[in-house]
Amino acid sequence: MTLLTPRNALVAGVLALLALVPVYATLTGNFFLLSLFTRIVILAIAAVSLNLIMGFGGMVSFGHAAYLGIGGYAIGILAKEGINSGFLQWPFALAASALFALIVGALSLRTRGVYFIMITLAFAQMVYYVAIGLDRYGGDDGMTIYKRSQFGDWINLSNKTAFYYLCLALLLVTIYLVWRIVNSRFGLVIQGARSNDRRMRAIGFATYRYKLTCFVIAGVLCGLAGALLANHTDFINPSIMHWTRSGDLIVMAVLGGMGTVFGPVLGALSLIALEEALPALIRAVTLPFLGGDSAARVAEYWQLALGPLFLLVVLYARGGIEGLVAGVRRG
Amino acid sequence: MLARALLAGGSGNRDMLYFIEQCLNGVQLGMLLFLLAAGLTLIFGIMDLVNLAQGSLYMIGAYFAATFAALTDSFVAGAVLALIATLVVGMAVEVIAMRRLYGRDHLDHVLGTFGLLLFFNELVRLIWGPAGMTLPLPSEMLTAVQVLPGVYYPVYRLVIIAVTMAVALLLYLLVMRTRIGMLIRAGASNREMVGALGINIKLLYTLVFGLGAALAGFAGLMQAPILTVQIGMGENILILAFVVIIIGGIGSIRGAFVASIFVGLIDTVGRAFLPDLLRLFLSTNAASSAGPALSSMLIYVLMAAILVFRPEGLFSASHR
Amino acid sequence: MPAAASRGWWRVYAVADVLLAVEGLSKRFGGVVASDGISFAIPQGELHAIIGPNGAGKTTLITQLAGELTPDLGEIRFGGRDVTALPTDRRSRLGLARSFQITSLFLDFTALDNVALAVQAHAGHSFHFWRAARKEQALREPARAALARVGLAARADTLVSRLSHGEHRQLELAMALATGPRMLLLDEPMAGMGPDESARMVALLRELKGELTILLIEHDMEAVFALADKITVLVYGRIIASGTPAEIRANADVRQAYLGEQEQGAGKASEAAHG
Repeated sequence: MTLLTPRNALVAGVLALLALVPVYATLTGNFFLLSLFTRIVILAIAAVSLNLIMGFGGMVSFGHAAYLGIGGYAIGILAKEGINSGFLQWPFALAASALFALIVGALSLRTRGVYFIMITLAFAQMVYYVAIGLDRYGGDDGMTIYKRSQFGDWINLSNKTAFYYLCLALLLVTIYLVWRIVNSRFGLVIQGARSNDRRMRAIGFATYRYKLTCFVIAGVLCGLAGALLANHTDFINPSIMHWTRSGDLIVMAVLGGMGTVFGPVLGALSLIALEEALPALIRAVTLPFLGGDSAARVAEYWQLALGPLFLLVVLYARGGIEGLVAGVRRG
Repeated sequence: MLARALLAGGSGNRDMLYFIEQCLNGVQLGMLLFLLAAGLTLIFGIMDLVNLAQGSLYMIGAYFAATFAALTDSFVAGAVLALIATLVVGMAVEVIAMRRLYGRDHLDHVLGTFGLLLFFNELVRLIWGPAGMTLPLPSEMLTAVQVLPGVYYPVYRLVIIAVTMAVALLLYLLVMRTRIGMLIRAGASNREMVGALGINIKLLYTLVFGLGAALAGFAGLMQAPILTVQIGMGENILILAFVVIIIGGIGSIRGAFVASIFVGLIDTVGRAFLPDLLRLFLSTNAASSAGPALSSMLIYVLMAAILVFRPEGLFSASHR
Repeated sequence: MPAAASRGWWRVYAVADVLLAVEGLSKRFGGVVASDGISFAIPQGELHAIIGPNGAGKTTLITQLAGELTPDLGEIRFGGRDVTALPTDRRSRLGLARSFQITSLFLDFTALDNVALAVQAHAGHSFHFWRAARKEQALREPARAALARVGLAARADTLVSRLSHGEHRQLELAMALATGPRMLLLDEPMAGMGPDESARMVALLRELKGELTILLIEHDMEAVFALADKITVLVYGRIIASGTPAEIRANADVRQAYLGEQEQGAGKASEAAHG
């Protein structure tokens, strides 16, 4: 099996790009770029965790963004109460995510298909409204986090470059972990349950317990992303948990390619980078021909195209970007 | 509101009147939910299509109404034009996009219609700008009317309740008593058969979707004067509408009606009285933070319970 | 069912070491009676065939035996143990394997993956998150063996979606075998197979007869009479006759209700039947 396939080249290229961003940013002084890519990396972790249950497990959760909020609020609430140590905050964030995932999963996994989608959506909305009701922690407006998670001498999260590399490292760890899980006995059970749950039970698997475990793992990973995101933005508010944010994560996974572990990373990259970069790019390219206003307009239309583009991908290119590159169609 | 102001200084009567007022609000919310839910459940029941873009049609109805009302200087004219416009948009969406989704699995529907949701949000932003709009009430409806001794309720909210009930009745008659309704019900249970009978299934589906769109748009424009006209306005109420059809049973309009009122009442009355109820058990501080949080959870807890114990809903979708 | 009658039933069969005992199984769907007080017992090592016209409730019976459907009334005992309330996966782990009438496989995996999953289900728990399961010889070897047994060794690495219908049926059997069962519930294993494939399947089942207890639902009368130790005839959800192949062939009721049609029809019933 040759190592130099188009797909592997793409993966290597993207990883190289991600590794070099801070270098480029420091050289050009463009720290907006660093911030943008930090966001991309963090959301990539969330998207990869979602794909574990969605792409491999067939469990379409429209409430996955709830964990971004739970992880974030765990950090924010502890910070507000005076606990700034990352060694306390982060385990708390992960534990809270695990608990929520356990409860939601235990109930939701008793349902199937569209009911499952709806119930996960409803649970996410529940947490969203709960957060809005938390007056002490900012309610609807959210709250600022004045001090990032403290890790003593280990790492200073306020150092943007250090923070970026931490996030990137965690992304790589997440990808590796998910990759191992997916190919293990456990992973095959999950994939089998996605492919034909009835058959799985007929051959002797009690699929519920495996799916629930997978659901919790995905929740914890996304909770980690939530903790990172709260540190990145120094802010947390309920809107991050709205069901449409879960939709964004799903878009990333589908766009990038649900069939592989790395796909969602491509999805996160394309979605966010394009959102920011494409308008500027279009403006730069069309400016000489169209002039300021029209160029800005053309850039705006990109956002308009995203919806229909996504619909087209869903209809005709389910393998996503990764699928197109690898020449593989999924499902 | 008006009732409380008039009765300031009154006795425990005041709480009772407040309760009645909240109940009316609950029914009114329920009726709006019903319009959305009826469209959703028709589309799901007949075309087996999960439509996340229903909230977008709700939004478009409101925007159209605000625009046309401003142009024609008449609320009613604006409303009528908006209804027609939403119907047209709905049918166009069905022909261009929905058709390709039929027969696919529900995940594809959810994803595809989510794409449409994103599209409509951007489209509205491009056409009408990021700031919202307003739709002023016609002056005749700005007053309150005495519905019960001592209870004054805004005329417009009563109009919403009345008009929506009329629509519900019409819908029921349409589906149960007309030929088209029969086709709709037949199409739901056996597509191929209806197609084989020479009836144009494609046209039927387009009309049903258009009807669903019109219902959603109608809900949007009716709530516009008292609530909001802004981008993404359909996204929160859409979920409540899904909760309604799950509680009421997918495919059942009767179920949607009962469940809407039920959900509307629980949500409204719950939010109004749960904090007070909690205050009996908890400290005031705890009650005022937990109160709003818990009351928002109430509906979802109910839905979760139903999904776990009786997934077909309270009214199994045997018939509309 | 009155307690006295049920006790008597067991006494008759206690000597013959019954593996599967069904008593008073009843199931209705609305107005339709799918199973009407079905009772029978299958001793270890027997190949017991169930035949009957379309709509007789044969698949409903298997579905209840496998655990996907709960009977309204009645009891199912497997290996002396009451399994009536147990879910499908538990019954499988107790040694009751089933093949599906309408092929139900993991289409996006290879044949070997499919069977290896069946092996994995009976190889302890699957809460192993690290080792690559596709490299575990403890899973792959028995899977290959099962595939070889049914004659699919050459197709081990082919995607199931690319296999022919006949190969699907073979794979169904391989998966059931791979779970190391005590008893097989086979629902029309030869449905849609051509004459050569059917003959191979019959030969295989004959081999398996000694090792396993088999409950076989089939429309192919040649196969049924060639293989079965006992035959039970089901019509409209109730048993109208039960006995050796010779007895059944001679039974007037059976000929009238079912076999008569078959003899006139000639050839493979599976072409016409849908079961």
